[in-house]
This record gives sequence, C-alpha cells and structure tokens, in this order.
Amino acid sequence: MLEEVFRDQWGRVLATLVGWLGDIELAEDAAQEAFALAAERWPRSGQPENPTGWLITTARNRAIDRIRRERTLAAKTEQLEHELRERSEESMDETVTFADERLELIFTCCHPALALDAQVALTLRTLGGLSTEEIARAFLVGFETMSKRLTRAKHKIRDANIPFAVPPEHVLPERLDAVLAVVYLIFNEGWGGGRIDLASEAIRLGRALVELMPDEAEVAGLLALMLLNDSRREARLRDGQLVLLDDQDRSLWNEAQISEARRLLERALALHGAGPYVVQAAIADLHTHEPRDWPQIAALYRRLEQLTGSPIVTVNRAVALAEIEGPAPALALLDELDLDSYQYFHSTRADLLRRLGRTEEARSAYASALELAQTEPERRFLRSRLDELGS
Amino acid sequence: MKYALLVYSSGERQPSEELHPAIAAVLQTPSVSGWVRLKPAESATTVKLEARRTLLTDGPFVDSKEYLGGLILVDADNLDGALAVATQLQELGFTAAIEVRPVRAQS
Repeated sequence: MLEEVFRDQWGRVLATLVGWLGDIELAEDAAQEAFALAAERWPRSGQPENPTGWLITTARNRAIDRIRRERTLAAKTEQLEHELRERSEESMDETVTFADERLELIFTCCHPALALDAQVALTLRTLGGLSTEEIARAFLVGFETMSKRLTRAKHKIRDANIPFAVPPEHVLPERLDAVLAVVYLIFNEGWGGGRIDLASEAIRLGRALVELMPDEAEVAGLLALMLLNDSRREARLRDGQLVLLDDQDRSLWNEAQISEARRLLERALALHGAGPYVVQAAIADLHTHEPRDWPQIAALYRRLEQLTGSPIVTVNRAVALAEIEGPAPALALLDELDLDSYQYFHSTRADLLRRLGRTEEARSAYASALELAQTEPERRFLRSRLDELGS
Repeated sequence: MKYALLVYSSGERQPSEELHPAIAAVLQTPSVSGWVRLKPAESATTVKLEARRTLLTDGPFVDSKEYLGGLILVDADNLDGALAVATQLQELGFTAAIEVRPVRAQS
C-alpha cells in the first residue's frame, strides 16, 4: 500500500525538485532520501495528510544540507545557497501545495536532442519511478548499459542546457507528438513482447498526461487506444496459444477499461480530435462491437493512411477490405507494398492466400512470417496454421 | 549561455564570394554574437605530432565530402534558443548539417 503511494508520488515530487534544483541527478538523490525517510517513518507515525508536500519539503531540506556539505559544487552551490537563503523565509510548510511540474519534466525527458532510447529510459525513470534495474530488465539490456544510457542523457540535459519547460505554442504540437510516441513505444514494448508491466506503466503515464493536458484530443486518444488494446490482455492467450480477436472469450475483457476508453474517445471527438491516435482509438473501439462495422473500419484506416503515409496501416486496411470485398482485392492491395521485413505483412498475405485456396503460396508466406516472429505464442500460432495447410 | 554552431557544407557547390542575403539575415539575429566563414577544405593545413615531430599535412583533419564551412557563436538562454538559429539556417538549404555544441564558460 505504501508502495502504491510512493509510485504515485515519485514523478510529482521529482518534477518539483528538478524545477527547483535544475539538475536531475541532484533531484533524484534528494527524492531518494526523502522517500527512504518516509518508508522509515510513515509506518510508525502514519501517512501525513499531504504526502506530496511532506516529501517535497523533506527532499528540499535534504538537498540544502547536502549542498552545504558538498562544497565541490562551486558555482552551483553559491547560486543555490543564495536562492535558498531567500527561500528559507518562505514557508517550508509541508502542507503547502506545490505546483505540478510533471509536464515540464516529461517534455524535458522527451526532447528531440536526446536519443530515442534515452527518452524512453529517462521517462520511465523520472516519471514512472522505475529503478534502473527494472528498466534494464524490461528492455533486455544489461544494468551497466542502461545506467550509462541514463547518466549520459542527464549529463546532456545539464551540459547542453535543455530547458525544463513546456514548449512554446509554435512548437508544442511536434513536441507533444514526441512525448506521445515515447509513451506509445513503452506501451507496445510491454504488450507485444509479453512484458505486461511496461503496458501498465504506459497507461499510468497516459493517465497523468490526460490529467495534465485535458484539452489535447490526441492525448485522450492515445490513452483510449492503450486502454482498449490492454483490455483484452487476459483473453489474448489461452494455454500459451494466441487467440484471435474473433475467438476471444469476451467475458475476459476488462469492461471498466473499455468504458473508460469510450469516455475518453467521446471527449477527444468533442474536442474535434482527428489525429492519428484518435483515429486508431476509434478503430480499436469499433473492433469491440459485434457485428463488426467493416466499412467504417476501412474508412478510418484510409484516413489513417492519409495522416501517416504508413504502409503498415495499408496492411490493416487490407484486412478490413477483405471482409468487404473478399480476399482477392485485399491481396492486390498488399502486392503493391514492399514490407518484406514486417511479420504481419507476411501473415496477412498468408491468410488471404489461404482463403483463396492458393495453398503453396500461403505456406511460403506463413513460413516467412514464422522466421520473423518474436514470441512463442505467435510462433505456435503460425506453426499451427502451417500444419492446417497440410504438408 | 553560449553555443557554437559548426556549419558543415555539402561540398557540392562552390560557395560564392558574397553571402547569400537569406544567410546574412540569419546572421543579423540579435542572439548571434560572432561568426566566421572558412575558405574551402582544400585550403586547410593540418598540424599533428608524429613520433615527437610536428607533421604538416595538406588538407583538413577529417577528409570527407562534408567539411566545416563556418562557425557561428550564439547567445541563448537554453538549447532551444540555439537550435532555433541553427534550424533557420539549415532550412535555407545551403548547408549539409549544423552541429550545435554548448561552449564552456570562461573561468
């Protein structure tokens, strides 16, 4: 229970400290000390009424002590000491409500001057509160590698002076796209690869973003999309076997998440959202209804194609097209694409070829998909399709 | 805070004697505190130490199609300010790439 509170508070506390100290490493150290103290004291004395306030105030006190002790910080120390002397007149009252600076923090972490893998790692560390060890494990890299990645990013932020700020209006749209892309990447790493935890982290981040940017349609769209995809988590596998959407046990779907997603989608549409995440969420929502409205789904994929120019979207549109006009026109659409290294391109072609009775070609396409498959359930599924085709 | 913009030329077209007016306009930005244009890479001489002897070689240190064409110093509150100038220049289409590096404070 204390764990939960700490997870919820970490990003909030750290963000305020980064804003104040101007240095992520210093902020992390201060936050860590405050949380350690809380872990020690709260079980005995009970949780304070304003946990955030308590944690921030405690962290600030720790930071001040540390700065005074470590004279090695030279210029920084002087400047901070001056500010701190000013601030000590201010109430260091733990009941004060501190401004939420998590938006500033996430925009800093997702600044395009940082490498994408660094953006992802830093977002999970600072806003998600995951440990370096946890992030390393989640992305299947060694602890040292991840540790260096994080340190390098923090030093880049410091040395190049990447601003701790919400970007100005004229660049906000593209910078927000970068943030949403990082969150969605975290979600997909978690979902497709079977690492459930990352998907939950992404949803958590998504919820924070919706809370912080309630008037941004794409932010609501992304959360709706993630919730809808995640709602089928329990139904996707049965005995390690992949279960296709049509065959899933709907009673295993998370209805609460689906409802939440639908409310978000409505809000996004009311905000006149028509961007890629809103469209994808609308498609995901349509997939939850029986019978499927394939013409609407196809039309939305068309719209998504126009927005993104992505051939992967065309693959999905082909699936919808097959339901409306049959497998042959869908196959013709796919044959215009060059997606040889994309697993689902091959598996989709294979399915269409199978339905057209072109068994040999279907077999070859399933084999190509199998070579590219990343998880055991997917491999099993493809192998079983191959077995069904006979040898 | 100071940033150095290292401007790389693509080596495809001969840089003209006159500064293109669009480039000149960017260099007039108040945040630009200084700039130099370098003569082409062929005019460079590189000084190195080899076996404790000073060695001179004809040409730039790194021999590639893209070469350092100029240096611009920018004063900005943060990286975004420096990136704005670099972006403005790059979007004019005359440069291969621009590296933006923070400058150490003089002690």
